[in-house]
Amino acid sequence: MNEKIENKNRVKTNSTLQSLGSLIALAGLVIIFSIISSNFRSINNILALLKQASVNALIAFGMTGVILTGGIDLSVGSTLALTSMLCAAMVRGDIPPILAMLIVLLLGLGFGSLSGILVTKGRLQPFIATLITMTVFRGITMIFSNGMPMSNLGEDPFLTGIGKGTLLLIPVPVWVMIVMFALFFFVLNKTTFGRRIYATGSNEKAARLAGVNTNKTKLIVYIASGFTATLAGLILLSRLGSAQPTIGTGYEMDAIAAVALGGTSMSGGRGKIYGTLIGVIIIAVLNNGLNIMNVSSYYQDVVKGIVILLAVLSDRNR
Amino acid sequence: MRISMKGINKSFGGNPVLRNAQFDLADGEIHALVGENGAGKSTLMKILTGVYKRDSGEIFVDGKPVNFSHPKEAEASGIVFIYQEINAMPDLSVTENMFIGREIQNRFGVLDQAEMERQSRQIFQRLGVQIPVKKTMGELSIGQQQMVEIARALMVNAKVLILDEPTAAMTLEETKILFHILGDLKKKGVSSIYISHRLEEIFEICDRVTVLRDGQYIGTNRITETDMNNLIKMMIGREIGERFPVRHCKIGKTVLQVKNLTHKGIFQDVSFNVRAGEVLGVSGLMGAGRTEIMQAIFGYLPHDSGNLYVLGKRVEIHSPEQAKKLGIGFITEDRKTEGLMLQDTIQKNIGLPNLERISQHGVLDAKKDAKMVQSAIRDLSIRCSGPTEMCENLSGGNQQKVVFAKWIFINPKILILDEPTRGVDIGAKIEIYNIINRLAENGVAIIMVSSELPEIIGMSDRVMVVHEGRIAGILDNLSGDNSTDHQKVMQENIMILATGGKLE
Repeated sequence: MNEKIENKNRVKTNSTLQSLGSLIALAGLVIIFSIISSNFRSINNILALLKQASVNALIAFGMTGVILTGGIDLSVGSTLALTSMLCAAMVRGDIPPILAMLIVLLLGLGFGSLSGILVTKGRLQPFIATLITMTVFRGITMIFSNGMPMSNLGEDPFLTGIGKGTLLLIPVPVWVMIVMFALFFFVLNKTTFGRRIYATGSNEKAARLAGVNTNKTKLIVYIASGFTATLAGLILLSRLGSAQPTIGTGYEMDAIAAVALGGTSMSGGRGKIYGTLIGVIIIAVLNNGLNIMNVSSYYQDVVKGIVILLAVLSDRNR
Repeated sequence: MRISMKGINKSFGGNPVLRNAQFDLADGEIHALVGENGAGKSTLMKILTGVYKRDSGEIFVDGKPVNFSHPKEAEASGIVFIYQEINAMPDLSVTENMFIGREIQNRFGVLDQAEMERQSRQIFQRLGVQIPVKKTMGELSIGQQQMVEIARALMVNAKVLILDEPTAAMTLEETKILFHILGDLKKKGVSSIYISHRLEEIFEICDRVTVLRDGQYIGTNRITETDMNNLIKMMIGREIGERFPVRHCKIGKTVLQVKNLTHKGIFQDVSFNVRAGEVLGVSGLMGAGRTEIMQAIFGYLPHDSGNLYVLGKRVEIHSPEQAKKLGIGFITEDRKTEGLMLQDTIQKNIGLPNLERISQHGVLDAKKDAKMVQSAIRDLSIRCSGPTEMCENLSGGNQQKVVFAKWIFINPKILILDEPTRGVDIGAKIEIYNIINRLAENGVAIIMVSSELPEIIGMSDRVMVVHEGRIAGILDNLSGDNSTDHQKVMQENIMILATGGKLE
């Protein structure tokens, strides 16, 4: 027998308040850095900061979808490395860069689906499944590149544009981030597929019994994650002008941190994409601000950890 | 041991749950504590055992005032609460569970496994139950787990057992054993406080019954001096009329036909049909395969062979998605783990099987969504603060109504109900029976699996009995015949079939 009254003490999760803690943390950081450093608060620095944030943002958007279904995608960093390497190779092989970029975006879908198939058909736990794809994709990248970076990619307007260009004064990567944010926001909040994602993470059994094809739902979120990782890889490739075989190592952790900062539950079912965006920007502000203040990167990691802890705690205590 | 609770008050966050409640337990009796969900039964017992602190009031044990501040203290005095949700560790063995926190060590400080197993075996023997002490707890049935809890209580020399809905998940066989044990214990002077929604059971084993309503004490009666109707009236404060409302239905053509459905090792050669406007009751012992057959029809469990026909046409069902498209709805046995997303709103839960209905080209239509949930709340009188109330905050009966709403809006042709009123109080039960009747009157073919025989007999047009994965028989139930004779005969026949016997 469940006495109704006993449940009254439970925290009611109000979706608009869910990421308030992170929002406060973000505001606090921005204020502190702005006071300390005039360089920080310049428009150019803010744009640079957002540009830096875009790579993690794209990966974290895909990650949010996966985590909402109760999964996790550790393979994003390797996917990013593999697809940008393949793109560089194609460009060097005289394939038109725009075509190469489209091809690797399709490949990115395919790589994501591999993780998805391991999770759904293979019934592996998402952590294990994507640990496998992470390791294998990285290995393939190394084999393919012989461990060497691939550079001299020429000056194609598309390939340089996606990472380095600006449109209406705003860097193109920031535009890409905004468009993908809008897309994820729309899908998660306004479509039946979004509802299925949340339902799968909230109670998979109940979702299946309500006629939701939970396997299909899961497969698609991994595919989407592969896609956003590839997109992030193209931006990095463009910015660096070369494909690095070891690039993207540890990126999955930054993305997961952003998702957690945004108040998304690691067991799935609850969370907001704008929370993730806030989380991404917090991490970018920290990196940027601490760099400006010349804090050593060793200390930066400690500070990052503490900020994540504080944001998550303040969300829980409300 | 005599217990007397007087003038107990308790509020949670300004919300009074118990108002001047009282309770009295005599030596060597089985005392039923009944009331609707939220009446305060569990709270009262938790106050007795020190789980909660009372705001005011007195508790006397054998005439002496007591004040337990922790269930451990109550246990030390011989009062043991056996919770409805079993607090066992499923991966540990039965013995390990029995001795948790009071393991026996030899003089070197090493666990004496053999001695603990010997004592466990001894106590099970005393109880007259067969439970392998080396098995892990998770391998036992819920009923067996309950027995382990009782055995554990006896090991600490319990003088009073508090049982909260012990039979909710038990088979009839296990229930019988439990009653036997409780009767035996009574003779040895161990009293029991018995909380149950199944009033039939109370009349079977209890000596006295105390009724609570809205946190208040309503009265205590000797069981021989009251009857079912009187008890229900005390519980809900008004006459409820028929416990099983009458249905006026024209039974139409066959909607679902199942032919030789088989899943090796679970069920074999299952054949039956259901007609429009008909309620087909499905009875049988727990573990007979009733739920599995239903899951297979719904595509949640695969089948090895056999065919399904909807409105005469052969159909393939391999997933709930396909079943839903064919107009089959399934209200599952366990609404908490299978029926609802508990930490989501009523709106999201009802929307889930109806996403196509509330969207266009995959984009949600907020207006349609809101309209659907509002009409659900109104039509089924779901008591809640609004569409955005979390399902976990609803009472069992209202949760179940949300589950019904989920499926009603797909306009099902066939609705499978698995234990539709489990853990639901009497008032809400009748509301659910009315919903079932209304659906049947609208031509829905209904399959209702239930472990409660009165419900099966009171609601079904026909009763299908499952025994060890096979259909033991399908009985015509002269629905509308509420005479006790008829009920007795039905009950006997169902039991004979359910236990593998043959009818003459």
